[in-house]
Formats: sequence, C-alpha cells, structure tokens
Amino acid sequence: MKITKDEVIHVANLARLDLDEDSIDLLAGQIGKILEYVDTLNRVDTEGVPSTSYAIFLNNAFREDSVKESLDRDKALANAPEKEDGNFVVPKVINS
Amino acid sequence: MNLYELTINEASGFLRKGEISSKELTGSVLDRIDSVEGKVGAYITVAAESAMKQAGYADSEISKGNITPLTGVPLSIKDLICTKGLRTTCASRILDNFVPPYDASVIKKLKKAGAVIVGKTNMDEFAMGSSTENSGIKVTHNPWDLSCIPGGSSGGSAAAVAANMCLGSLGSDTGGSIRQPASHCGVVGMKPTYGRVSRFGLVAFASSLDQIGPVTKDVIDCGILMNAVSGYDPGDSTSVPEDVPDYTSFCKEGLSGVTVGIPVEYHKAEGLDKNVFAAVKNGISVLEDLGAVCVEVSLPHTKYAVAAYYVIAPSEASSNLARYDGVKYGFRDREKSRLMDMYQSTRSKGFGPEVQRRIILGTYSLSAGYYDAYYKKATQVRTLIMEDFKNAFKACDVILSPVAPTPAFKTGEKTQDPLTMYLSDIFTISANLAGMPGMSIPCGFSAAGLPIGMQLMGKHFNEGILLKTAYNFEQATDFHKKKPKI
Repeated sequence: MKITKDEVIHVANLARLDLDEDSIDLLAGQIGKILEYVDTLNRVDTEGVPSTSYAIFLNNAFREDSVKESLDRDKALANAPEKEDGNFVVPKVINS
Repeated sequence: MNLYELTINEASGFLRKGEISSKELTGSVLDRIDSVEGKVGAYITVAAESAMKQAGYADSEISKGNITPLTGVPLSIKDLICTKGLRTTCASRILDNFVPPYDASVIKKLKKAGAVIVGKTNMDEFAMGSSTENSGIKVTHNPWDLSCIPGGSSGGSAAAVAANMCLGSLGSDTGGSIRQPASHCGVVGMKPTYGRVSRFGLVAFASSLDQIGPVTKDVIDCGILMNAVSGYDPGDSTSVPEDVPDYTSFCKEGLSGVTVGIPVEYHKAEGLDKNVFAAVKNGISVLEDLGAVCVEVSLPHTKYAVAAYYVIAPSEASSNLARYDGVKYGFRDREKSRLMDMYQSTRSKGFGPEVQRRIILGTYSLSAGYYDAYYKKATQVRTLIMEDFKNAFKACDVILSPVAPTPAFKTGEKTQDPLTMYLSDIFTISANLAGMPGMSIPCGFSAAGLPIGMQLMGKHFNEGILLKTAYNFEQATDFHKKKPKI
C-alpha cells in the first residue's frame, strides 16, 4: 500500500485530527489511490527547474510600521466559544 | 416579465430611469427565493430584512442622483466571503455559528457601490469539491435537472443565478470553482487573474490559487461586477497594483484580428463527453465566423495539472485550516477537558470527510521525508505548466477549451471515489496554477438538455480580451437566453 495505516495515524496526529478505526482504513485506501495518481509527476523531468509558489511575480510588499486602528477587543472575542475578562478561555494546560 | 428575471444591466437601467425601485426589485427576488429555494437549495442564509433595508437606502440614494451600475441591485455572496454581522459558515459545522466582525474588501466595495446583499450561497465545505455535495449544511440541486449536481464549489451561487434567485453573485475559484458550476448551470463565470481582486476577508483554502470572481446571467454583467471588485488593496499584499480598465468597454469591439488558440491536448482528452466536444467545436466555428482566427497550440504539461494541484492545494489547505482549533471562533467540543483532546475532537467533529481527507493529504505531502518527493516536485511541475502557457500565448490572444469533461452528473454519482471527482477539474485547474484569468460562457446543451460551457483563458491581467470574445460570442448565439423551467 502507498500509505500505511500507521502513517495515516501519524499524519492525523500532526494535523490534530482524531480518526476512528473505520476512517483510518478508508483514508489509507483513498489517499493511497490519490498518491498513486500523483506519482505520474515522476514522469516529468524537473532537473534544474525552479519551484513556483506564486504565479504572479511580486516584490516584498513593505509598508510603514505605523500604529493603526484594529479590531476592538469585544469584537475580536465576540465569536469565542468561551471567554472571560476579555480573554479566550482554553482547557487547563499546566498541572498544578 | 418578472423583475427577478432582469440582468444587472437591465435592472440598473430601470432603476436609473426611476421605472422600478430597488425595494420592488429586491422584494421580487426575495419572493422568488421563497418559491423555489425548497427545490434548488441554493442559500445557506437569506438576509431578507437587511436586504430590504439596503434596498430602501439604495432608493433614497437614487432619488438624490447617487447611482452606480450596482446601486439597488440584489446580489448573493458565496458563504466563504466575510459579511459583517451576517453569518458566514463556509458550509462547515466548524463555522456554523460564525458571525464576522468585519466585511471582506469585496463586500465593502459592493456596499459602497450601493448593492443589496440578499443572502449567502451554499458551497462545498471550505470550497473543497466539484459538486457542492461536500456541504456540511445542505444539498443544492441543478435548476436544469434537480437530480443533478450544480457543480462546485460555488454551486449555490451558480444555481441561484440560473434560477433567478439573485441578479448576480460572487463566488471563489481555486481549481475551477466558479467556471465549472457556471458551465453546469448555464451562466457566465469568471476567475480573474491571481491578484486582480483582493482576498482580504475571503476564508483561505489555498492562498496561492484562490481568487474571488463574478457569476452572472450574461457577459456585460460580468464586466460590471469586475469593475466593482477589482483593484489593489493594502489588506491583501498579493493583490496587484495594476490599473483597472472599464471592463464593460470591451463589450463593444469586434473580433477581427483576435487569434484563438485551441490546445491539441485538451480536445483529445480522455473522458471528454461527445456532447461537450460537439458544443465546444461549434463554439470554435461561431468565433471563426465572427472573424477570429483559430490556431492549434500545445500545452504538453497540462496533463500533470491535476496531480500537481492535488499536492499544492491540500498542502496549503492543511496549513490554512490549522486555525480552526475551537479557541477563537466556531465550534468547540466542550466535553473534552484536556487541551490536546479538545483540539482533536473539535476538528474531527467540526470538519467533514473531504476536508479531513485533504488536510491529511496535505500534511503528508509536507511532512519530513516526503516534502521533496511531493510538494517540491509539484511546484516544479507548476513552473513547467506556466511556461507552456507563456509559449502558447506567443501564438494566440485567447485559449479556448471545454470547462468540464461532461455536463452536470447525477447527485451521488461520484461521491464514493474522490479521485474521479478530482478529475472533473482537469480543464480548469491549470489557470489557477498559472494565475491566468479564465471564463466560462454558455455554448450549448447536451442531448438531455443540460447546459454546456466553454472556457476562455488569457494572459495575466487580460480579462478584457476574454470579455470581448465572450460578448461577441454571446451576441451571435442565444444559449444564455434559455432558462431552466422551475
């Protein structure tokens, strides 16, 4: 197989996804098939060919480092699943 | 004639002369949505109340003589473009309660022009799909045949325009997501040059490929919307400071002296439906009759475009979608008391299967040991695809091809096999990889009565020649005038 179940589990963990046993099997098969198709790229000789990450040539977009108005705190927090005293609340991360 | 049947250009003329009001027009569109939404399912959110308010405001501006070609015109917006105070879901459970605190730059521009926003349209979740079947919210049906898909990912926008449930719409296109549904629904769709339209406030899928563009009933309307949304924006450092021409002005010139390139590879492509082949072939002869010169061109690397795309787009997506962590906005699984468990559970319950598949594919392509073999290789092939187009455009002004290999397929037909679904984008993906503008215009119907579109592609920032070619074609044909009976 192109991608093993263990590799799917490893990558899912990197991507912070929690997959059940059925999804792992299904994904290993489906992604394996997609990767086999992607392997057609190996037929192309790319020796010495530069990479393209953006199709339009752009210089660095510099701007003045000046203070501007930004979203106020209440608006930035308006969609938070949990908030307190103007902060985002997350589950406890440090054991006391 | 019902007011909801008008094009943007027609409606704008009546509004300017005071023959209709925006309230009447908007009311007519909202009534139309009420009567057909149950069948089509184009909208995730209908904003009737705010739309009528905007219409009232537009009417008062018109009465003062303040009118643009979009003042008082009811439009819909794909549900991944942020609208202040109006829910924006990306058709995902993970964002189904998200209310943006700001407007995307394109929305600011539309509002400044006086447009009315009637609602937010359905799509494949996070724009990942070619049929709108990956929506986590609802199913959209093709107005021409309700048992077929509308295309995707901007399927809601294309279906809404085709079924007269808005006068025009904004979609987004990462691999064909405006052009392919436009083709399947018999409407006009344009993906502008990368950097032509600001992406500020567009929820990111693949940042080097995404571009916002119009879905409209005809070519002039496409030009009107392009005029409204194009241009540099300091909020998006990949938007380009090129002058914006009057795009409607290209709808006046004739076609003599225009050279149209026909890629030999595309027209021999495996799996190309004979109805599509015939309609596109007829399209070529119509353009020749209008004075265009058609020549063969070659794009030898485009057969690798889908493979390169399905490395590049998921890689970028896996990085962009890392922000959905249940902390700042959207869904959180509150059952989990440990941070890592909360992240994992939130993301697994919040994202649908196609989104998870692409995150895993992208994370894999970027992970240690595979980066060179997949991501780097794909970006090198991307360079070769761009060079193909550069060479082809030495011999022509416009490249013409099919949009999709087949007319709209049946709902459920391709959902079991992701790779088959990916291959529906075989003709459209190259324009995203190369950053070029691409457009879909109606050019015929299948034996079963489903619309077929043809694609026009141009050099960077040459949207004008696409509009000129499309407008001349449209004047000589009446495919765009046929409407689905619904």
